[in-house]
Amino acid sequence: MTTVFTLPEASTHAARVDGIFAILVVVSALTLALVFGLLVTFAIRYRRGSNAKRGRLPEIVNREFEVSWTAATGFLFVFLFWWAASADVGALTAPTNALEVHVLAKQWMWKTQHSNGAREIDELHVPLGQPVRLVMTSQDVIHSFFVPAFRIKQDVLPGRNTETWFKATKLGVFPLLCAEYCGTDHSAMRGRITVMGEDDYARWLSRQPEGDDLAHLGAKLFVSQGCSGCHAASSSVHAPKLNGLYGRTVQLSDGRQLKADDAYLRDSILQPKRDIVAGFEPLMPSFAGLLDDGEVQSLTAYIRSLGQEQDHE
Amino acid sequence: MTDATALLREPWERFERQQRAGKFGIWIFLASETLFFGALMLTYAVCRVEHPDAFAAAGRATNIWFGTINTAILLTSSLTIAVASQAAAQSERSRTLVLTCLGLTAALGFAFIVVKGFEYKEDIDKHLVPGAGFALSEAAAQLFYGLYWLVTGVHAIHLTIGIVLVVRLIVLGATRRIRLRENPEIEVTALYWHLVDIVWIFLYPLIYLPGRAS
Amino acid sequence: MSDVVLAGELPFPPRPDYLRAGSTLASWLTTTDHKRIAILYALTITVFFFMGGAAITAVRLELFVPNGWFLSSDTYNRLFSFHGIIMVWFFLVPSIPNTFGNFLMPLMIGAPDVAFPRLNLFSWYLTLVGGVFAVYTLIAGGVDTGWTFYTPFSTMFSNTHVLTAAAAVFVVGFASIATGVNFIATTHMLRAPGMTWFRLPLFVWSIYATSIVMVLSTPVLAISLMLVVAERWLGLPIFDPARGGDPILFQHLFWFYSHPAVYIMVLPAMGVVSEIIPCFARRRLFGYDFMVYAIIAIAGIGFFVWGHHMFVSGQSPYASLIFSFLSFVIAVPSAIKVFNWTASLYRGQISFNSPMLYALGFVGLFTTGGLSGLFLASIPVDVHVTDTYFVVAHFHYIMVGGSVSAFFGALHFWWPKITGKMYPESWAQFAAITMYFGFNMTFLPQFFAGYLGMPRRYHTYPAEFQVYNVMSSAGAAVLAAAYLLPLMYLTWSLLHGKRAPNNPWGATGLEWTTTSPPPPNNFDIQPLVDRGPYQYHAERESAGTDAPEVQNARSLR
Repeated sequence: MTTVFTLPEASTHAARVDGIFAILVVVSALTLALVFGLLVTFAIRYRRGSNAKRGRLPEIVNREFEVSWTAATGFLFVFLFWWAASADVGALTAPTNALEVHVLAKQWMWKTQHSNGAREIDELHVPLGQPVRLVMTSQDVIHSFFVPAFRIKQDVLPGRNTETWFKATKLGVFPLLCAEYCGTDHSAMRGRITVMGEDDYARWLSRQPEGDDLAHLGAKLFVSQGCSGCHAASSSVHAPKLNGLYGRTVQLSDGRQLKADDAYLRDSILQPKRDIVAGFEPLMPSFAGLLDDGEVQSLTAYIRSLGQEQDHE
Repeated sequence: MTDATALLREPWERFERQQRAGKFGIWIFLASETLFFGALMLTYAVCRVEHPDAFAAAGRATNIWFGTINTAILLTSSLTIAVASQAAAQSERSRTLVLTCLGLTAALGFAFIVVKGFEYKEDIDKHLVPGAGFALSEAAAQLFYGLYWLVTGVHAIHLTIGIVLVVRLIVLGATRRIRLRENPEIEVTALYWHLVDIVWIFLYPLIYLPGRAS
Repeated sequence: MSDVVLAGELPFPPRPDYLRAGSTLASWLTTTDHKRIAILYALTITVFFFMGGAAITAVRLELFVPNGWFLSSDTYNRLFSFHGIIMVWFFLVPSIPNTFGNFLMPLMIGAPDVAFPRLNLFSWYLTLVGGVFAVYTLIAGGVDTGWTFYTPFSTMFSNTHVLTAAAAVFVVGFASIATGVNFIATTHMLRAPGMTWFRLPLFVWSIYATSIVMVLSTPVLAISLMLVVAERWLGLPIFDPARGGDPILFQHLFWFYSHPAVYIMVLPAMGVVSEIIPCFARRRLFGYDFMVYAIIAIAGIGFFVWGHHMFVSGQSPYASLIFSFLSFVIAVPSAIKVFNWTASLYRGQISFNSPMLYALGFVGLFTTGGLSGLFLASIPVDVHVTDTYFVVAHFHYIMVGGSVSAFFGALHFWWPKITGKMYPESWAQFAAITMYFGFNMTFLPQFFAGYLGMPRRYHTYPAEFQVYNVMSSAGAAVLAAAYLLPLMYLTWSLLHGKRAPNNPWGATGLEWTTTSPPPPNNFDIQPLVDRGPYQYHAERESAGTDAPEVQNARSLR
C-alpha cells in the first residue's frame, strides 16, 4: 500500500531501483553536507570583522588542488553512471517464459488483454512471481504506462508497439497511472494492477468471459480479410507461406535479412511494399486503414501460432 | 577615408571595425540559419531512411527540369551579387557596375520565384498536395511532399527576404540616399544571399534526385 | 589610466545620465541605448513574470484538495501550459541576458554600446510581438498542450489555440537569436584596450556562452514548432504515424533546443553569482580559469544530452546509455563551479548584504537541484521518477531556486548603478530570507511526492499525496509574498531612496568606475584595462581588513 511516506517494492526491479536511489541519496546528502557545511563555516568564521586568521593563502590552495577535485568528481560520476547503467541493461529484455499481455491505451482508459483473450478495462490481474511482458500501443496520442510500486514506466505510442516487463513479488493491488500528458482527463486515466497467487490467478482467468483468444480471432480475420486467398497453402498465388515463419530470418529482395518478429509482421501487413521477400513480386496490398491495431495484434498472434522457429537464447 | 565617416555609426570609432563587425555578425546569423535548415534536412533524412521506396517514388514525381533551371538561375545570381559586392568594396569600380549587378541579382531571384510558381501550379494540377486525393499510393510519399512544400516554401520566403534586401540597396543606392562604395551592407546582403543559394544546392538533390540516380 | 575612481570626484561638468537624457515616450521607444533597452526588457519580463505567477497560483490553489474544487480539468491544463510557456520563454530566457546582459555587457568591457544597437531594439520589439501572440492565446482561451507541445496531441487532438501559442514562441525565439548575435559580436569586437579574454568578468563569459547556445539551438525550436504548425494548419503529415510519420521525431527536435535552453537559463545566473560573491567576500574568485572552462564545457556538452528527457519515450536503449553518460559528465563542470564559489569564501571578509544572501541561496539551491539531476541521469531511477513531481522539483530548484534567486541578486547588486538609488537593505534581506524558505517549502515536498508516484500535470491526484500538495501550496503562498516585497520596496526606492554613489559596494569591474546611473555613452573617459577581474587583494593573499572605500582607493599592484 502506498502510504504518505512509503512506496511498496512490489517487483524484482523495484528493489534494484531503490538501491540505486538510496546510494544517490547518500552521495547527495554527503555532498550537500559538505557544501552547506563549508558555506556556513566560512560564513561564520570569515564574517567581516571576525578575528580569524587571513593573510597569505596556504600553499595547498592551488591549481593541483583544483585538478584533483575535478578528477575525483569526474571519477565518482562516471562510476555512478556505470553502476546505474548496468542495472538498466540487465532489465532490458523480458525473460522468455514471460506471460504476454497486450495493452491498448486510449483517451482516457487502459484496455488490457491476456493471451487467452480475457480483457479488462483499467485493470490488470497478474500472477505473483511470474514475469509479465506488456506489449503496448496507443489508439490516439502518446500515453505512458506507470506503476510506481513496480518502478516501471514506458511511453505508449500510436502506430507502434512499445514493451516493458515486470515480475511481481508482492500480493496486493497497486496503482496504475498515465504518466504522459494526454489531454483533458489525463489525471483520471488511472487503473489498478492486482497481483494474485498463481492458483488464484488461474482460477480468475478461467472465470473470465469467453473471449476468443487472440490467435483464434486472428484465424477468423485471416479468412475474412482475404489473406488466405494468397497465403493459404492451397492458394495458386505465389505468396510467402506463413507456417513456421515466426522467428525465422527472412531474406529480402534488396539483399537485407530481417527477423520475422512482431514488428516485421505488422509492417508486412500495413506497409507490404517496404520489405519485399526475395523471389516474390511486390503484389500484396496494404491493409493500413482497413485493420485496427487490435486486429493486427490478433493476426500476428495467429501467425505466431502457426509454428515458431525456436530462438537460440 | 573621409567619405567613409558618412557610414560610421554608434558605437564604433573606426569604420574598419564597424565593417568587420557587420561581417562577423552576419556569419553568426548564418550559423543559426544553418541549424535552422539543418533541422529540416535532418527531419527529411530520418523520414527517408525509414521509407526509402516511398521517397524514391515521390522523388521521381518531381519536375527535374524546373528544379535544374532554378538551380542554374540561383547559381548565376550568386555570381552577380558576388561581383556587386567585390565592386562595391573596391572604391575604383563604378557605381553603375554595382547597381547593374544588384539589379541582375534581384531579377534572377525573381525569376526563380516565377519558375517556382509554375512548378507549384504543376504540382497542384498533378495532385501532389498531401491530403485526400493525393496522387501517389505510398503513405510516406505524402510525407515527402509535406516536407517538399514546407522546405521549398521556407526557402522561398528566405529568398524573398533576400530580394527585398537587394532591391532596398538598389533603390537607396540609385537615389543616393546611401553610399554604395565600401558599404558593409552590400557584403552582408551578399553573404545572406549565398546562404540561401547553398541551402538550395543541398535541397536540389534531396528533392529532385531520389529514385532517379540508378 | 587607472580604472579606479575615488568617490565624490566629479571631473566633468554635470550632464544628464541615461535615464534623464530624453524624457519623452518616443525617446524611450526609439532608443538605441542598451541601458534603456535593458529597462524596457525589465518592465516587459516583470509583467510576464506576474502573469505566469498568477497562472500557477490558481494551479496551486486547486491542488490543495485531491479532486479539485474550482477549476475544470480543461482550465487546469491550460493554466499549467500557460505557466510553462510564459515562464520559460517570456521570463527566464530573456531575464538575465536581456536586462542585465544588455545593461552591463558594454559597461563591463568598457564599450559605449553593443555592436548592433538598432538590432537590439528590434529584439525587444520582437519580444513584444511574441508577447502579443501569447496574450492573444490566453484571452482566446489558452493552449493545453503543456509547454512541450508533444505530438500527436498538439497536431491532431488538442482543441485549443496551439497555432497562436506556437507563433508566440517562434517569434520570441528570433528575438533570442538576434540578441545572441549582438552579444557575440559585442564581446569579440568592442572590448576596451587591455581587456583580453582572460581578463573578462565571468558575467561577460557567461553571457557570451549563453549567446552561442541561443544562436545555435533556437533555430531548431523554430523548426520543430513550424512542423507542428504545418501539420496542424496545413495538414502536412510529418508526425502522423498513420501516414508514415514518427511522433518521437518531434521530441528529438524539441529537446535538441530545450535542453541547451536550460543552460541559457542557468549560465547567466552563474555569471551573476560569480560577480557577487567576490565582492561581498572581498576575495578574488577562486580558480578563474577553471570557471571559464566550466562555462564553455557546460555550453558545449549541453548540446549532446537532450535524450535524457526521452529515456521512456521508446528511444533506443543504446542511445539512452550515451545520453545518460554525457549527462553525468556535464555535472562535473557544474560541481566545479560550486566548489569554487565555496572556496572563494575562504579567508574572506564576508558581509551579508541582500545580493550576497541571494548568491549564497543560489549556491545551496543550485547544488540541491543539480544533485537531483544525478538521479535523473541514472536510467533506472529516471524511469521511475520521470514525468512525476520529482522532475518538477528538480527543474524548479535550478530555475527558480537558481536562476530567479540570481536574478534578484543581480537586481539588488546593480540597482544602485541602474537607478542611482539605494534600496532599503533590511527589507531586502528579509525578502531574500523569506524567498529562500518559501521556495524550499514549496518544492522540497515535491521530491517526495514524485518519488512516491505522483505524476506531473495532474489536475486530480490520489489522496495519499495530499499532505505534500498542501505543504507545497502553503509554501507557494510564502514565496508569492516574498516576490511581491521587492516590487514594493524597489518602487519605493525609486521615489525616496538615498542617492547612490558610483561604487556603493566597493566592487571591482568597469561598470563601477562610472557614475550611478551612467551617462548615455557609458564612460566619460575611455577605460584602459591593465589588470584582471576581482582584484580585491594581492595575489596569493586573502581578504584585507580595510574598509571597502580604502581598499578600493589603494593601488592594487
